[in-house]
Amino acid sequence: MPLRLAAALVLLAVTFGPALAVTPQERLADPALEQRARQVSAGLRCLVCQNQSIDDSEAPLARDLRVLVRDRIKAGDSNTQVTDFVVARYGEYVLLKPPFGLHTALLWGGPALIFLAGAFGVWRIRRSAAGKGVGESLNAGEQAELARILEKG
Amino acid sequence: MLVEIAHFALAMALGLSLVQMVIPVWGVRRNDIALARVGEPAAISVFVLLLFAFGVLMYAYAVSDFSVQNVAENSHSAKPMIYKLTGTWGNHEGSMLLWVLIMALFGALVALARTSLPDRLRAGTLAAQASVTVAFLLFILFTSNPFNRLDPAPPEGNDLNPLLQDLGLAIHPPLLYVGYVGFSITYAFAIAALIDGRIDAVWARAVRPWTLVAWIFLTLGISMGSYWAYYELGWGGWWFWDPVENASLMPWLAGTALIHSTIVMEKRDSLKVWTILLAILTFSLSLLGTFLVRSGVLTSVHTFATDPSRGLFILIILMLFIGGSLALFAWRAPMLRQGGLFAPVSREGALVINNLFLAAACATVFIGTLYPLALEGLTGAKISVGPPFFNATFLPLLIPLLLLLPFGQSMAWKRGDLLGTAQRLAVAIGIGILATIGIFATTYGGPVAAPLGIGLGVFLISSALWDLGERIIGRASGARAIWSRAVGLPRSAYGSALAHAGVGVTVIGIAATAWATEDIAVMKPGDRMTNGRTAIVLQQVFPRTGPNFRELVGRFRIEIDGKERGDIESTKRTFITRNNMQTTEAGIRTFGVSQVYVSLGEIQPDGSVGVRMYTKPLMLLIWIGSLIMGLGGALSITDRRFRVATPAKARSPKGPQGSTGGPSPQPAE
Repeated sequence: MPLRLAAALVLLAVTFGPALAVTPQERLADPALEQRARQVSAGLRCLVCQNQSIDDSEAPLARDLRVLVRDRIKAGDSNTQVTDFVVARYGEYVLLKPPFGLHTALLWGGPALIFLAGAFGVWRIRRSAAGKGVGESLNAGEQAELARILEKG
Repeated sequence: MLVEIAHFALAMALGLSLVQMVIPVWGVRRNDIALARVGEPAAISVFVLLLFAFGVLMYAYAVSDFSVQNVAENSHSAKPMIYKLTGTWGNHEGSMLLWVLIMALFGALVALARTSLPDRLRAGTLAAQASVTVAFLLFILFTSNPFNRLDPAPPEGNDLNPLLQDLGLAIHPPLLYVGYVGFSITYAFAIAALIDGRIDAVWARAVRPWTLVAWIFLTLGISMGSYWAYYELGWGGWWFWDPVENASLMPWLAGTALIHSTIVMEKRDSLKVWTILLAILTFSLSLLGTFLVRSGVLTSVHTFATDPSRGLFILIILMLFIGGSLALFAWRAPMLRQGGLFAPVSREGALVINNLFLAAACATVFIGTLYPLALEGLTGAKISVGPPFFNATFLPLLIPLLLLLPFGQSMAWKRGDLLGTAQRLAVAIGIGILATIGIFATTYGGPVAAPLGIGLGVFLISSALWDLGERIIGRASGARAIWSRAVGLPRSAYGSALAHAGVGVTVIGIAATAWATEDIAVMKPGDRMTNGRTAIVLQQVFPRTGPNFRELVGRFRIEIDGKERGDIESTKRTFITRNNMQTTEAGIRTFGVSQVYVSLGEIQPDGSVGVRMYTKPLMLLIWIGSLIMGLGGALSITDRRFRVATPAKARSPKGPQGSTGGPSPQPAE
C-alpha cells in the first residue's frame, strides 16, 4: 500500500466532493480583502482533514471556516484578530504553524539545538584528535629519525 | 489449491529465513566455511518461494478469485486488467508481501553478487538481513495474511480505492519499497560489521552500490508520489509536509548523508563509527515510516488503540531492530578503530558539513512529524505542525547546504584551499549572480525569493558542469588528450556531477512555483478565463462512461498570447463500483516544462460549472531534477571500482578466517 494512501483515505472519508476548495461564490468582491482571507485560511487547519489547510480543503467544515474568516475580515478585523478568533473557538490545534510557548519550546528549538550539538560534536572530535596528533603526517625530522631507526633495526 | 500452496510457501520461506539467520553466524563462529555459506542458497530459496507466493496472489487478482478474502476486499471484476494486477500491492496485506519479497530479492542479490565480499561479511550480512525478513514474515502470517479464504465466495469484489486506480500510484509503492527495503541491506552490512568488529574501506566499497540502489529508488519513489499528488488530488500542490510524506523524506535525507559519508570512509578511512550509525538510522527511519503509515497512529491515536494488533506488532519489530541495533552499536562501536583526522577545509571536511546539515534537516522533519504525537500522548494538548513550521526550520538548514555544495564538490581531498576553490568556482558564482539579477530585473515587482532560488539552482548546475569540464579539460591540450581524459574520468565523477546538477534543476522548479497563478470562476460553455498570457475557453461539458466509472468531462481550449494551443480535458469521475466515490482528474497540458492545470468543481443548477485554472511555470523541473539525480546515482553504480575484484577476493577461498588477518586492503585510486 502506498504511503499516501492513509492521507488520501482520510481526505476522501471527509470529502466526497470535487477537489475544489474555495468556490467562486465564497470569494470577496474586494481583491485586497480576498487576498488577506486566502492568507489567513492558508494558516488554518481543516479540523476534519489530515494536514490540510481550510484553503485547500473542500470539506463542509472547511467551507464554514472560510466563510467565517471572510465574515470577520469584512467586519474589519485584522489578520491576527481573525486568527485569534478562530483559535479561541477551536483551540491551538487549528493553527498549522504551532504557537511559540513552553509546550512547543523543544519543537521550535529542537532543530537548532540538534544542529549546534552536532557542530559541537564535530569540533570536539577534531580538537581531541588534533591534540593527540592522530593522523598527522610526520615532519621531515621525524621521517629522518624513523628511517634511521629502521635502518638500524 | 494454488492459494494454499502459496500460503505454505510463505511458511517455508519463514523456516528457511530462520536457517539463513542462524546457521551462517554459527558457521562463522566455528570457522566452518560450508556452514557459513549456507546463507547464500537459503537467501536465494527464500526469494524464489516469496516470488511464487506473490505471483499466486497476483494471479488471484488477475482472474478475480473472490474466494480469496484479500482479492474480494480490494478488487472488482470490471476493473481494467492493469489495475487488477497493480491492486495486488494496493492494500495492506499485498503491500507487506511485496515488502518481504523485495527484502528477499536484496538478500538473494547479496548472495549472488559477484563483487568479492569477504565471506564473513557476506555471511553476517545475510544473517542480519534474514532476521528482519523473519520478523516481517511473522507479521504477515499472524496479522496480515493475504491468503485467507472466504467461504462462500462473494459474487463480486469490493473494488480498489479509485484514487489508487492510477498508473502513477501503481508504480509509486514498488519504487518506494525498493528504496525503503534497500536500506535494510546497508543496515545488515552495518550489523555484520559490528558483530565482526571490523570495518574498513572494503566494507565501505561493498556497501556503497547497495546504498546507491536504495537511494535511487527512494528518490524516484518520492518524486513519483509527489507528482501523483500533484495531478490526482486536484489542487496543484506538490509537497504538503504530510506525515506520510515526511516518513519517506526522513530515510531519504539520512540515506543521502550515508552515501556521502561512505565516500569519506572509502577514500580517507575516516568517519567509520558515524557511517555505521547512519546505516542503522537510515533503515530505522524506513521502519519508523512503515510503522507510522501501517499502524494508523497518524490518522488518530484512537484508531491505533482500537485495532492495536498490527500496530503493536510493527511497534515491537521497530523497538527490537532499532533498539537492538543501537544497543549493539553502543557496545561494539568503541572497539572500532577510528580513522584518520580530517582537515576542516578539505573535501572530507566539506562532506562532514554536508552530513551535519543533512542529519539536522532529517532531525527537523523527525521532530516536526512526531512532536504532536508525543505532546498529545504526554500532556493531552493537541497542536498541528504544518507547512509553516517546516518552511521556517527546514529551509534554513537546506539553503546553506546547497550554497556550500559546489565548494565541497570541487575541493581537493586532505588539504583543500578555500580561496583557490572560490576562484575556480568564480565563473559558476558569476553565472548564478547574473541569473538572479537578470530574472529579478525582468520580473520586477514579483516575488523576490524566486530569482534568488533560481540563481541558486543555476549556480548548482553551472558549478557541477564547470567542475566536470575542468577535470576533463584541465591542462590537457588537443582533442585527443581531452578525449582520453574524458574516458579516463571515473563514472562516479560524472554521476556525482549529474546528481548535483539535478538538485539544481529541482531547486529552479521549486523557486518558480512562486510565480504560479491560480484563478477560479463559474463558467458556461463559451466562457473565457484569462490569466496573464494564458486563457482557457470552456467548449463543452458532457458525460462519458468508463469501464468502472461515469465521468463528467469539461473540454477547454487553451490560448497563449491569443494563439490556440490545443485542448484540455478535465473530468470528475464517479466510481459506481465504490459507493459513488468521486475523484477529480485534472486536465494538464504541458508547454515545454511549464504546465496549465485545470480542475473541475461543482456543477451549478443552471448548468454552469466551477473551474479552477492554474498556470505552473517551470513546474516539471521539480520532477525532472529528481530524475536527473536518479540518473546520476545510476551512473555512479556502474563505476568500474564497484565491479572490479578487490584484493580480498584472492584470499576468500581460504575460508572465513582468510579475511580476518592482516591490514585491510586499500582501494586502488
